[in-house]
Amino acid sequence: MSKNTEREINNHVAEPPTVAEQEQTKSRFNLRYLAKYQSLIILLGLFILFGFLSNRFFTVGNLWTILRQTSVNLCIAVGMTYVILAGGIDLSVGSILGFAGAVTARLLKYGFTLAAFGVVLQFGVVGASVIGILVGLAVGFLNGFIITFFNVPAFVATLGTMTAVRGFIMLWTKGYPITKLGETFNTIGSGWFLGIPVPVWIAALVTVIGSIFLRSTRFGRYVYAVGGNEKAAVLSGVNARTTKLITYMISGVLAAVAGLIVTSRLDSAQPNAGLMYELDAIAATVIGGASLSGGKGTIEGTLIGALIIGVLNNGLVLTGVSPFWQQVAKGFIIIAAVIAERMGKGRE
Amino acid sequence: MSQDDVILRAENITKSFPGVIAVNDVSISIEKGIVTAIVGENGAGKSTLMKIFAGVYSDYSGKILLDGKEAHFRNPRAAIDSGIFLIPQELDLVPNLTVAENMWLGREPLNIWGFMDFKYLFSEAREILKKVRLNIDPRKKVEELSTGQQQLVAIAKSLVSKARIIIMDEPTSAISQKEIENLFEIINGLKNQGASIIYISHKLDEVFSIAQRIAVMRDGKLVADGQTGQFTYDDVVRLMVGRSIDKFYIRQKSEITDEVFRVENLSIVGQTSSRKIVDDVSFHVRKGEIVGIYGLIGAGRTETMEAVFGFYHPSRVKGKIYVNGKPVEIKRTIDAIRAGIGYVPEDRKLSGLILQMSVLHNISLPGLKYVSKLGFVNRNKEKSTAHEYVKKLNIKTPSVNQIVENLSGGNQQKVVLAKWLSLKPKVILLDEPTRGIDVNAKVEIYSLISDLARAGVGVVLVSSELPEVLAMSDRIIVMSEGKKTAEFSREEATEEKLLKAAIPKSFRTAKV
Repeated sequence: MSKNTEREINNHVAEPPTVAEQEQTKSRFNLRYLAKYQSLIILLGLFILFGFLSNRFFTVGNLWTILRQTSVNLCIAVGMTYVILAGGIDLSVGSILGFAGAVTARLLKYGFTLAAFGVVLQFGVVGASVIGILVGLAVGFLNGFIITFFNVPAFVATLGTMTAVRGFIMLWTKGYPITKLGETFNTIGSGWFLGIPVPVWIAALVTVIGSIFLRSTRFGRYVYAVGGNEKAAVLSGVNARTTKLITYMISGVLAAVAGLIVTSRLDSAQPNAGLMYELDAIAATVIGGASLSGGKGTIEGTLIGALIIGVLNNGLVLTGVSPFWQQVAKGFIIIAAVIAERMGKGRE
Repeated sequence: MSQDDVILRAENITKSFPGVIAVNDVSISIEKGIVTAIVGENGAGKSTLMKIFAGVYSDYSGKILLDGKEAHFRNPRAAIDSGIFLIPQELDLVPNLTVAENMWLGREPLNIWGFMDFKYLFSEAREILKKVRLNIDPRKKVEELSTGQQQLVAIAKSLVSKARIIIMDEPTSAISQKEIENLFEIINGLKNQGASIIYISHKLDEVFSIAQRIAVMRDGKLVADGQTGQFTYDDVVRLMVGRSIDKFYIRQKSEITDEVFRVENLSIVGQTSSRKIVDDVSFHVRKGEIVGIYGLIGAGRTETMEAVFGFYHPSRVKGKIYVNGKPVEIKRTIDAIRAGIGYVPEDRKLSGLILQMSVLHNISLPGLKYVSKLGFVNRNKEKSTAHEYVKKLNIKTPSVNQIVENLSGGNQQKVVLAKWLSLKPKVILLDEPTRGIDVNAKVEIYSLISDLARAGVGVVLVSSELPEVLAMSDRIIVMSEGKKTAEFSREEATEEKLLKAAIPKSFRTAKV
């Protein structure tokens, strides 16, 4: 963000605008400056608040816990950001998470029986994980296909796949958890690498790559364009369908990655894993400043949004607030964030 | 006319929008029991004036007298309660409600329990529908009716509110010949019962056969007002256009050489019906030539441009397109861009720009392919191109990172132009390139169009402004109701000829 402002200032020097124009941008700039950082301010506020309320909050162990807990939501939320930026929504991520975890766990533990040949295919950690991720890709593709080729509203299409995929999980696991998945697999969720928890590495990688792709690639630009004004984008030669389709595939893959983390961390694939996770991911994206109508938002914002939710969850537990009140608090923060965004818009 | 006959009198009404005076000091009287037609070109101010009468716009200057008493309607409801009812061109019925519910929308009859009195509603609806000769079940949903039937429901709705003045804005624009005749009989019936009808149209045939009085508006002013018998058809056309050509058109002579672009037998079918929106249109453009396409709203000009540019599904479009003599197949917009065609759409906010993106990102969008490698955008290249065109087109913006939404209309339009010029197109389609922008920006855009032609680009200029097409074009094509109705050279073309060819001919009656 600071890079951007620097550039803006440089441009002021390069082409001096008129006085009136300068004044106009100045006053607008200040407000936008605040609006830009409002979520960061909320995050810092929460840090200070919980630091005061609980002496266990600012311990190294707890900070790693926050990050590790946030990593799952962050993975999903990065994918969700792509979808929302392109003007869509993906409610099926929680189910994808559960399904990918269940597929990986069962392949890992029991292999895959090819009845026709009477053989059982065994899978290693890498093989099983890759297939889990491919499952996410496939469901994402299905979402995108339904939405772009049959013009079904994203909300309805992904509500449908959310339900159907949850059903597949039940069929696949027969309703029972699949547990004891082995040391190697468990490192994904519980291991440490270079003094940092592995899930944090994964989430960090996802965030950095997600951010670079969104900022620097043609595809990223198309995502903003399609979400901002689909007709104008199409009239500029952008293939809106493909662009939207890909965002759902990204979302599916990242939800599956989150599924691997959750399954590994618990050493168990639970049939109801990921239930309601879509709400936290949408919340992180929206708190991070993305507009649900598309075209506006950043991965950095989503990162802060996810951290706010993570800190809130953690802090409220540490300070002994009842889980019911935690939900109330989270709900109101989401609404407050959107109101703040709207008010920022109104001022412009 | 005697003073007693006047039901509504407007005195010195003026209404302006940012940058334009839509209605300029208009005084007009509407008499009891007659049909008054208000005619004028697109943007003459007819609709704005009607919206003032109907309470849609309440911030105007001037006076409105209803039955001799001053009235100021704060909202449409207040106007309806005073007996003024506007039937807009795009009907404002709720498609998923029944005919009867629509007729009583906002004034639902209640029984003593406070619930909707459906019994009264449906029996009364049947009675009122008879008056507009609509023999349908009032329990039917509006979406199941034809456009013509919906039109009649809208009139029935005005009868429910006991309207004394019924304003119809282009009521025949989407209905069939037979339905038009039926509508006219109903209008005559209402008139005989003492209602005043204000009939907005630019179809002069219709106006002459239905109206007792004609008022002509031009550039926001009332330029003529009198009994129908006082005018001839040609008088009205002349009054509609009679404008001096302003000096700000800039057109320098360009060298016209080989053909660069040709459209042959282009037809487009509607999305839901098999009706042709554009029917068998052909034209060509040579290098350095500006070809104007003139027509009124609904003539199919924008659709023609969008089809040429690959915006519609290929199954809806028939016809051949050639660039530099070679046939090109355009299935998607990207095919058109690759063929060297650029398109500046009619509505820059709706179709030309991504408003919340920056100037830089808007300019580079169609050409991102050329400034990226392996999918990654080369930002320096992107930026230097954008800077070049911001400078060339004199776009006033504090920086290329400025959000386009914050620019003035003229500068926004220049961003759309920059977007396409940066791709160095062989042909550029300009759809109403100067609509809604200030005079200075207009002059700059005219000079730019002139320069483009001099640089050998083939220019198609779609415009509803007669002086603009006349001053800028080397050749002018006129479209009406989806068809090409005339073609004139620069020398042949006059305002009267163009407008005559543009006015729809679907309604023809023997009497005039």
